[in-house]
Amino acid sequence: MTRRELFEHRQKRRSIMIAATSTILVLVAVIVFVPMTPGWEKVQKSFFNGAVLAKTFPRLIEAFKLNIMIFLWSAPLIAILGLLVALARDAKSPALFPLRILSTAFTDVFRGVPVILTVYLIGFGIPGLGLPRPWNSPYIWGSLALILTYSAYVAEIFRAGIDSVHPSQRSAALSLGLSERQVMRDVVLPQAVRNVVPSQMNMLIALQKDVSLLSFIGPVEIFRQAGVFKSLLANFTPYVGAAIIFLVVTIPATRYADYLLARQSRERS
Amino acid sequence: MISKIILSAAAAALMASTALAGGHCAAGKTLTDGKLTIATGNPAYFPWVLDDAPESGNGFEAAVAYAVAAEMGFSEADVVWVRSSFDEAIQPGAKNFDFNLQQYSITPERDEVVDFSAPYFTAPMAVLVGPGAVDTPATMAALKGLKWGASGSHTSVQKLMNDIQPTSDPLLYGDNADINAAIGANQIDAALFDLPTALFLSAVMIEGSKVIGQFASDESQGGDQFGMLFEDGNALKECVDDALAAMTSNGTLAAIEATWMQDTTGVPLIQ
Repeated sequence: MTRRELFEHRQKRRSIMIAATSTILVLVAVIVFVPMTPGWEKVQKSFFNGAVLAKTFPRLIEAFKLNIMIFLWSAPLIAILGLLVALARDAKSPALFPLRILSTAFTDVFRGVPVILTVYLIGFGIPGLGLPRPWNSPYIWGSLALILTYSAYVAEIFRAGIDSVHPSQRSAALSLGLSERQVMRDVVLPQAVRNVVPSQMNMLIALQKDVSLLSFIGPVEIFRQAGVFKSLLANFTPYVGAAIIFLVVTIPATRYADYLLARQSRERS
Repeated sequence: MISKIILSAAAAALMASTALAGGHCAAGKTLTDGKLTIATGNPAYFPWVLDDAPESGNGFEAAVAYAVAAEMGFSEADVVWVRSSFDEAIQPGAKNFDFNLQQYSITPERDEVVDFSAPYFTAPMAVLVGPGAVDTPATMAALKGLKWGASGSHTSVQKLMNDIQPTSDPLLYGDNADINAAIGANQIDAALFDLPTALFLSAVMIEGSKVIGQFASDESQGGDQFGMLFEDGNALKECVDDALAAMTSNGTLAAIEATWMQDTTGVPLIQ
């Protein structure tokens, strides 16, 4: 080993030691001092109650299946609508100007209104017009509210992806004799979509959590089920249980999004 | 002699002004000495509190609160109102109220976390149906087939799941206004409320709706007895219980109920 390598080796060991020590100190402080606070016993009983968790957890998982179902049927529709809106906003032909205006208004409105408001307005409002069952179902209209809101965001991300493809590629493809449509489909979009996959992963994670907003208009998904238990048992532990279930899904998804992002920046550099 | 009368009158005035100075049950047990801090919902609903103004003493719970206060020796001016949500009431830690009354059903599970007074009202649960289902007979068999809704924070959810056992999954909502919207949008046929609330919603809030039946209150496993909620271990609970016992035996509670609660005998029992 050269002197330099030895030095770097020592430096590395030193920083690992420091990181380990400070982590242990923080953990010890939390584990020792938090339970010493006067209210800990009550907080533990209300938020971290093992008996309540064991009793409610199976039903929470059952309710979480509904979250997954709503997520699964909403996500593909969001991707499709988001892409269509992005393409509409990018339309170059003067004849399609109304389409551009409309799609711009669409993204402005649905990105600007809080999701919960959209869920309320569409979830109660449209069925209130007098639709017969089952077409007035809160599942349909609640999902539509999510689809509209999220496709507005997703469209903006797709648009950023389309913009990220250098104009010279468009010109080059056109000069090869490809039509505008072919250029978009075969040259621009494949690169654009690839570029924004990590950002879209983050939207999926956000959507996965926002599915819970449908509970406001009736569906008994995990958040509502936890709320029912909270009221009946006067205990907040079911919410902690719900949080655990969410984390089990979102942490791997977040790590995967980070990995995609890191891989992308490696490829670009 | 005269001076003696003046002296005792002065003593009485002193007693009144410092409220509970001398040996009264509630003395020293309230948040603020000499004041009684009572919490209600935000907003508080008819017929429990009228016009969301508990200070007026109008409405069943407002009237009960002032009567309990008087029974414990507090004057009307000594009653302070605050607002709280259900979650604030059950969260651990110090409370900003002496007691909280907003139709809290007494359940053994809740009793582990907070304390309840003796019940001040027994409310049977009742079935409110929307315009499309007003002809439903008041039988369990007919109720099973309806599309149900209920408030997710209410004990009626338990009643619905355990006793009615509807054939399709019920929808649950955050508050009564959302249930009204769902009935209005014909997303649900029926919802379960305590009887006074159901009668109010049917008469005032939801056009074309009807209270088709009530459950016998003895069969509801004590789920609909309303109690005042205290922080766990609050010493004031015993004073309130004594006051409620006195009000029950001297007829005050029944009189308040007669004044503020609608006659419910017209609502048939569910078979």
